[in-house]
Amino acid sequence: MKRFLGFVVKEFYHIFRDYRTLLILFGLPAIQLLLFGFVITNEIKDARIAILDQSKDEVTRRISEKVLSSGYFILDKNLTSYKEIEQVFRQGNIRLVLVFGPDFSKNLDKTGNARVQIIGDASDPNTANILVNYLQGILSNYLISLNAEKIPMQIVPEVRMMYNGQMKGVYMFVPGLMAMLLMLISALMTSLSITKEKELGTMELLLVSPLKPIQIIIGKVFPYVFLAFIDACIIIILGNTVFGVPVVGSVGLLLLESFLYICMALSLGILISTITSSQQIAMMLSLVALMLPTILLSGFIFPVENMPWILQVFCHIMPPKYFITIIKSIMLQGNGFRYIALETGIMAGFTLFFIFLSVKKFKIRLA
Amino acid sequence: MYNPQAENIIIVKDLVKKFGSFYANDHLSFEVKKGEIFGFLGANGAGKTTAIKILCGLSYPTSGKLNVGGFDIYKEREKIKRNIGYMSQKFSLYDDLTVFENIRFYAGIYGLRRKEIEERAASLMQKLDMKEARDKLIRSIPLGWKQKLAFSVAIIHNPKIVFLDEPTGGVDPVTRRQFWDMIFEASSEGITVFVTTHYMDEAEYCDRVSIMVDGRIAALDTPDNLKKHYGAGSMNEVFLKLARVKVE
Repeated sequence: MKRFLGFVVKEFYHIFRDYRTLLILFGLPAIQLLLFGFVITNEIKDARIAILDQSKDEVTRRISEKVLSSGYFILDKNLTSYKEIEQVFRQGNIRLVLVFGPDFSKNLDKTGNARVQIIGDASDPNTANILVNYLQGILSNYLISLNAEKIPMQIVPEVRMMYNGQMKGVYMFVPGLMAMLLMLISALMTSLSITKEKELGTMELLLVSPLKPIQIIIGKVFPYVFLAFIDACIIIILGNTVFGVPVVGSVGLLLLESFLYICMALSLGILISTITSSQQIAMMLSLVALMLPTILLSGFIFPVENMPWILQVFCHIMPPKYFITIIKSIMLQGNGFRYIALETGIMAGFTLFFIFLSVKKFKIRLA
Repeated sequence: MYNPQAENIIIVKDLVKKFGSFYANDHLSFEVKKGEIFGFLGANGAGKTTAIKILCGLSYPTSGKLNVGGFDIYKEREKIKRNIGYMSQKFSLYDDLTVFENIRFYAGIYGLRRKEIEERAASLMQKLDMKEARDKLIRSIPLGWKQKLAFSVAIIHNPKIVFLDEPTGGVDPVTRRQFWDMIFEASSEGITVFVTTHYMDEAEYCDRVSIMVDGRIAALDTPDNLKKHYGAGSMNEVFLKLARVKVE
């Protein structure tokens, strides 16, 4: 035990003497969280639009006012002809053009049918889609207010968004970021620190010493369990204090699940280090093979349901997907263990599988 | 010192190590006597490192009987580990730890007590004349110091045998000579030294020398006897003669 402690102390020296490691360990989580929270957001505010109003009557003026006072749109330019539309899009400031046909209010009164056209800039399809939806919503609201007395029957949906009432993007990013960063720190850092010993040749010395291989591995990994755990806490606290992301469910359960996920990522890191002997390759493997799938295939940014089936299959073998499901369930929905038992079991299974593979690889290497 | 009457501290009988169909060690058999400096020579790829790794327990043999320090290599691995030291050609010390921290770490994993570690570290600093470097990071000290320190660390737990795998690579002749003084000293204290090297002048310092060619031991005797037997003036000539046999 004393030998093992000496080993752990040495490991902490390595970490605290390397400012780059420290930066990755403690700077990265904070910076990433702030970046994702503030910069990358799904909500669009103050989009610049242009209006081509060919009738300029009471109704079109009122609709325009409604649109511009919604908070989503800012009027950049009033256009006078169709020709200008192409031009303003090309200039690049305008996201959307709203076109009212001629004799708008006259048509509306006489035939009950007035023409309005929405032209979006689909070079950024997501944004265009969201803006068009906003605008349609405003138009149909106006229509309902016009017809309030005339139509005898109406279906008025009352929409309530559960668990994230204000539809804040950061509610999504905190769980995703936890999955990503804990994976990065645990898998990347451990695989680097183990391969570093191989490169230096110190691994041979350790293996020749009376330390058992399992003690060496646990000794190398232990500090990262501890530090990754601190990181998990930093992310939860920052998410809560800065962005108001709540932890509705049990904090203890959340931390336990994080611990399991960290162990899973560490065992993956160990596996990587058993199949490589240089830090460079370990880094490549960790970044390309772990980070990209964690970001793309975990449901963090892109919904799994929309992917082609072959990619969905891949998603289901990505451990981060289960972790994200688990933390969302605990943090936002406040669910107990009963609801996440399956996901927890799958993560534990992954952990055992990676450890089993590592041990096997390790033996082959020794022989 | 080589003493034919001394007990055998390493016994290797019919050691075979195969990688696929390639024989890295092809039925090696030899004994090393307690307290001697045993030189293990051979060209690159002759199978030296493979053999030394097996003796240290870093790799398993395909077949053969091996006994190191009185312990069986298959059944008593843990006991062997406590009784051997190992130094590789990389002088493996941690760059980002200080001299003292390296000593403390390696002594610690061999289970030395704190007080013992302090004492040994102090006497080591004295002996190596490195007192003022005690708290310097390894990356800031010269290669020659690193090499001496790596050797001292390899024998800090007073092992029965120390294995040195090309311990003098990349250092200048003066430092090499000083390094061999340390080897002689360890040997005089009763530690058996098993050393591989490329330098034939170093082969002359060994009590006995074995020369490996193509996974087999082509010759094994004292340097004087080998020179006599092959009618050579130096170990260098002996080595070239044996290697030439291989080429033909």
